[in-house]
Amino acid sequence: MSGGGRWRSLWPVAVLLALLAVPRLDLQIPVIFDGPLNSPGTLQLLAVGFALGIAALSYNLLFGFTGVLSFGHALFFGTGVYLPTIAMRQWEWALGPAIAFALLGSLVLASAVGVLAFRTHGVYFAMVTLAFAQAGAVIVGKNVGELTGGEEGLSLPFRRLPKWMVGVVNTDNLYWLTLATLIAVYLVALRLVTSPTGRVWLGIRENERRVEMLGLRPFPFKLLAFVLSGLLATVAGIVYLFLVGGATPRAVSAEFTVTLLLMVIIGGSGSLWGPVAGALLYHYLNVRLTVWAGSDVVADLPALLRQPLRDPLFIFGIIFVLLVLFFPRGLAGAFVGRRLRPFGRSLGGAVPATPIGRSEELDR
Amino acid sequence: MSTIILLTLTGLALAAMYFLLAAGLSLIFGLMDVLNFAHGAFFTWGAYAAWWTIAQISGEFRASTPAFLLALVVATIVGAVLAAAVEVGLLRPLYQRPIYQVLITLGIGLALSQLTAVIWRPDARTFPQPRWLADTSTVLGARVPNNRFLLILAALAVLAGMLLFLRKTRYGLIVRAGAENREMVQALGIDVDRAFTLVFALGGALAGLGGAFGAAYFGSIDPQFGSVNLIFAFIVVVIGGLGSVTGSALAAVVIGLAQQFGNYYTTWAGDFVVVLLLAVVLLVRPNGLLGRLR
Repeated sequence: MSGGGRWRSLWPVAVLLALLAVPRLDLQIPVIFDGPLNSPGTLQLLAVGFALGIAALSYNLLFGFTGVLSFGHALFFGTGVYLPTIAMRQWEWALGPAIAFALLGSLVLASAVGVLAFRTHGVYFAMVTLAFAQAGAVIVGKNVGELTGGEEGLSLPFRRLPKWMVGVVNTDNLYWLTLATLIAVYLVALRLVTSPTGRVWLGIRENERRVEMLGLRPFPFKLLAFVLSGLLATVAGIVYLFLVGGATPRAVSAEFTVTLLLMVIIGGSGSLWGPVAGALLYHYLNVRLTVWAGSDVVADLPALLRQPLRDPLFIFGIIFVLLVLFFPRGLAGAFVGRRLRPFGRSLGGAVPATPIGRSEELDR
Repeated sequence: MSTIILLTLTGLALAAMYFLLAAGLSLIFGLMDVLNFAHGAFFTWGAYAAWWTIAQISGEFRASTPAFLLALVVATIVGAVLAAAVEVGLLRPLYQRPIYQVLITLGIGLALSQLTAVIWRPDARTFPQPRWLADTSTVLGARVPNNRFLLILAALAVLAGMLLFLRKTRYGLIVRAGAENREMVQALGIDVDRAFTLVFALGGALAGLGGAFGAAYFGSIDPQFGSVNLIFAFIVVVIGGLGSVTGSALAAVVIGLAQQFGNYYTTWAGDFVVVLLLAVVLLVRPNGLLGRLR
C-alpha cells in the first residue's frame, strides 16, 4: 500500500476532524437532530452509532473480507457487554482487570467456538455458530448462576468507573473515547486486510479450494479471522457498555447478529467504512423513526401509512429486501468510483468490485 | 410416573410442532439450497390467520369447533400462498447467488413478521380454542391437554402424507431427484422451477398449519412467535440432516423430548441441552443424522 495515495483524498480527514469537533459545536440542525449538536442526547446518539459501527466493522472482517457467514457474532459483542459488568458488579473488580478479563474471555471463547465450528462448512457453520450464540443467550436470559440478572439485565456499578466517564455532563468524554476506539479499530482492520493474511482471507472468500490448491491450509486463516473479529466485537461491546451503562440480554441475541448483518448490507460488505456508515444510519433511523412515529406529522397521516411508519423493524425489513435486490453493494458500492471514497486507494487493489455472493459459497 | 408421561406427551407435541416447521425447511434446503429465514414468518402468519378466522366467526374470546377447523384450513392456505408469492416474486431472481438468497429471506422474514404487528398491534394475544381442545384427558394418571394429542396426530398424518407424496407421486420423484442432483434433472428437460414453487408452497402450508397448532399449544400469539420457534426448527433440520424429511421427524422427537425434560428440572437446561445436542451431532456427523454427504 502506498502511503501517499491514502491521503490524496482529503475527505476522510475532513470527516474525521468534523466528528472530533462535534462536542464543541453548538449548532442547531433542525429536523435531523432534536437538540444542538453538542447536546448530550445528540452525542449519545452518535456515540452509540460509532460503537455499533465497530461491531459491524468487526463482523464484516469475517463476512465481507473472508466470506464466512456466522450467526454467532452477538456472542462476542455480548461478552464485551456482560463480562466487565459481571466482574465489576458481582465480584467487585476494578475497571482495568474487568476489561482485561472480557478481552481474554473473548479470546478463549472465540478460539474454542472457532475450532469446533470450522469443522463444518457453509450453512452448517452458520448454524453451529448460531447454536453457540443461542447457548450464550440462554445462559444470560435465564440468569444461570444468578450472575447475569436475567431478562432485566445488569447495570454498571458507576462508582467503579473513573469520574470523567460518569454522568450526562461527561457524554462528550465518552463520545471521544468511542470515536477514538472506532478510529483505532479501523486502522487495525485496515492493517489486517491489506496484510498478506488479509490477501489470503480475500482468496478464501473468492474460492477456498483454489487457496488450498496453492498449498495453504484455509483453516488457520479462517480461525484467525474469526478470533480477531470476535475480539474486535468484544471491544465494541465494552465501549457500548460504557455508553448505555448496563448489560441487557439483547446484546447476546440472534436478533442482534441479524442487526449487524443488516448494517453491513446497508453500508456495503466490500469496504471497511461501509458497515460503519451502515451502522450509523441504522441506529439513527432506529431512534429517529421511533421519535417521528410519535410526531404530529405522522399522526395526521391516513392509517394505511401511519401504522407501518410506527414500526422501525418493518421498515428495516423492507429496506433490507430492496437493498439485496437492487443495491447488493450497499452505500459503499453506490459511492465507489465517485469522489466520496475515503481510503479508497489503499483498498482499491485489495478489494474487487463485487462483494461476496459467489455461487459455491454456501453449498459446500 | 405421571410426570414422566406428561413430559413425554408434551415433548412429543412440541416435537410435532417443530416437525411441521422443519419439514418444509428441510425440503426447501434439500431441493434449492436455500436456508429459508422467512419460514418463521409463514408460521407467524399461520397463527394470526387462524386467530383472525376464529375472531371473525365466533368472537375473539371463545372458539367453536367449526371455527377452529376452518381456522386450520385458512392458516394452511395463507402459509402456502405467502410462500409461493415469496418464491416467485423475490427469490427467483437470486438463484445464482446463495448468500443473497439467505439475506433476502432474512429481510422478508423480518418485514412479514413485523407486518402482523403493523396490522394487529405488537402485543401478545390470547388464542381462543374450543373447550374440548383445552380440556385435559387423563392418561395413566397424567392430565394432558387434548390439543397435545391433536398436534401429534396431525404431525403423524403430515409425515405419512409427505412420505407418500415423495415416494409415490411423479412430483415427489422430481423433488427427490432435484434434491439429489438439480442439474441432472434440468438436463433431462424437467421444469425444476415449478418444482421449486411447489416445494416452497408446500413448506409454507405446513408452516402455516404448524403456526395454527402452535398457537393452540402455547395459548397465545405475538409477532415474534415464528422467529422464536424458527431457531429450534433450524436445529431440528440440521440435526436431522438437510433434505431428509424422516431425519427431521426423528430429530424433532429428540429435540422436543430433550427440551421438555430438561426444562422440567431447571428453567434453562432444556434449551441448553438442545444447543449442546446440535454441536455434538454436527461434530460427530457433520451432515446430520440422516443427511446425505455433500
